[in-house]
Amino acid sequence: MDWFTEFPAMEKSALRALKKSIDGGFRAWTREHGDTVETFFEPIKQMLIWSEKFLLNTPWPFILGGIVLIAWLASRSWKITVLTFVTMVLIGYFDMWDNTMRTISIMIVSTVVSIVLGIPIGIAMSKSDVVQRLITPILDVMQTMPGFVYLIPVVMLLGIGKVPGLLAVVIYAIPPIIRLTNLGIRMVDKEVLEAADAFGSSAWQRLKNVQIPLAMPTIMAGINQTIMMALALVVIASMIGVKGLGQPVLQAIANQYFTLGMFNGLAIVGVAIIFDRVSQAYGKRLQAHSEEVHGK
Amino acid sequence: MVSDTVSTTSNGPAANQNSSIEINGLYKIFGKRPKHFMAAVKEGMTKQELQEKHGHVLGLKDINLSMQAGSIQVVMGLSGSGKSTLIRHINRLIDPTVGEVNVGGQDVCKMGTKALRDFRRHETAMVFQKFALLPHRTVINNVVYGLEVQGLPRDKQESEARRWIERVGLAGFEDNYPNQLSGGMQQRVGLARALTNDAPLLLMDEAFSALDPLIRMDMQSVLLDLQKELHKTIVFITHDVDEALRLGDRIAILRDGEIIQEGTGQNIVLEPADEYIQNFVKDVNRGRVILAESIMKQGAHPGAGAQVLVHDHLEDVARMLSDASAQAVNVANDNGQVVGHLDLETTVAAIVKQEKRHTSSDTQFTI
Repeated sequence: MDWFTEFPAMEKSALRALKKSIDGGFRAWTREHGDTVETFFEPIKQMLIWSEKFLLNTPWPFILGGIVLIAWLASRSWKITVLTFVTMVLIGYFDMWDNTMRTISIMIVSTVVSIVLGIPIGIAMSKSDVVQRLITPILDVMQTMPGFVYLIPVVMLLGIGKVPGLLAVVIYAIPPIIRLTNLGIRMVDKEVLEAADAFGSSAWQRLKNVQIPLAMPTIMAGINQTIMMALALVVIASMIGVKGLGQPVLQAIANQYFTLGMFNGLAIVGVAIIFDRVSQAYGKRLQAHSEEVHGK
Repeated sequence: MVSDTVSTTSNGPAANQNSSIEINGLYKIFGKRPKHFMAAVKEGMTKQELQEKHGHVLGLKDINLSMQAGSIQVVMGLSGSGKSTLIRHINRLIDPTVGEVNVGGQDVCKMGTKALRDFRRHETAMVFQKFALLPHRTVINNVVYGLEVQGLPRDKQESEARRWIERVGLAGFEDNYPNQLSGGMQQRVGLARALTNDAPLLLMDEAFSALDPLIRMDMQSVLLDLQKELHKTIVFITHDVDEALRLGDRIAILRDGEIIQEGTGQNIVLEPADEYIQNFVKDVNRGRVILAESIMKQGAHPGAGAQVLVHDHLEDVARMLSDASAQAVNVANDNGQVVGHLDLETTVAAIVKQEKRHTSSDTQFTI
């Protein structure tokens, strides 16, 4: 009756052999192709280095001014602009400026990569039910797999550092932009699409003139989500050597430095709020045409 | 104002002669395997049987219809009758299961992707029930859409668009967004967008159905005025019999995907093919539809007190009879020759005939 009380699992030795062979296989593949993969990611690495250098080497008043200006241009709201200014000043005053710059740098690059990859994937999904059926489960896995788990192959392949960190962040942050691009395009009013067809639009004209613009509010919500998720992964990414606000947090956990953890945690929250409010306000401003409704 | 709908059919300008539409043996079955059921449907399987036993919907059944270039063809039917499906076959927004749709001698159903796109760009324009404007574009940028897609230079696009915006009475609203306009104004944008395309064929899918009655009348007048100078081939879908009679040179009535009667408004009001159509036309103001020539008696009347024209509506005839307090009026053709006469009894009978049958409260007909 052993099989009844205990689940009849695979034999331990066989299981060990299975794990070993998979690990061995992957390791062999890594050794063989590691260089190719690294060259492939070289441009992204340069981009990361460049953006971090730019943010760190430019004197802080310019960066502060730049951030506040972008906040104003995107949101046209005094409230959000002042909030941005105060938050950034506090971050700098509590000596977290450099780490914040590193975090913003990786966040911006990973958001850009997510958008550049995610929107075309989302469009492909919206065009074909087959593609949608194939990609949806992959996205589910990407979102539910604990962040630490996919750090392992990434580290095996690329070691620790900026690029693997970026990969981890992108894997975690890209699903919302893909999903919401797909959803937004699928929700576009059928009659408007018919009108576009009736006037002889090509597939590209239809996408550019009708589908993308009408899906824009949803896509913007996706971008906003992606930014938030990228920030959320900053702490985890710091485990594989990504510098920024995550590292002091990690240090604080290990050594029980409550205040250090709190300060850096709050800085992440502050950056998150700035990016959230500014990107949302920008998205809303894009939709200005739907605000003044006839008869209201 | 009343008589402007009738018979401009035959003498449209030669330029539009090639936009006549000929629909032959058109069937549309919706479902997973439409071809599979074609034979059964042709052998007489009913819409109901197809739906209940096989889960396919018979959208259109053996449609044969020819529409003359330069005229307004109305397709009328209740919702679910297949009228919107039919109009979408003309520019192939919907592909037929079998059948031909010839526009100017070309079978639309056989066109390749590029030919179809060119056909849609240059030969047709469409107006939609819910306007289908691009909400993120201003009025002018909506109206240029057809020309933009064609790839015309921007200044040409704009000058054409401005001309039509002004023509439909929207000058000054060029930079508004559709959301800021009322329903009637939005549909003017839809009409301007279609007209700017300068296509000989104009497809209007319940174009005025979403509008208030007064605004609808207004838009009908706009369309009729435009048609007097443009002589386009217009296919107009509606469920409103008054609209059909006012606009249509010819009217086709659809039920359950089949054409059950096709003819002029006169034909349909005077000789409804079956009870369904009789029901449709029972509340029509017959005095404003039926023409003197349709019911006149041959020859002049000795005691005629006045003269009317063959194209006058019975309402005008009755008014004339009453004004002249005569027993009868003579009916003259366009050359002024008397070709017949109408007496009071015939006129009134023709006006009230249908109503008498259906309601008891129609005793107020005292002329």
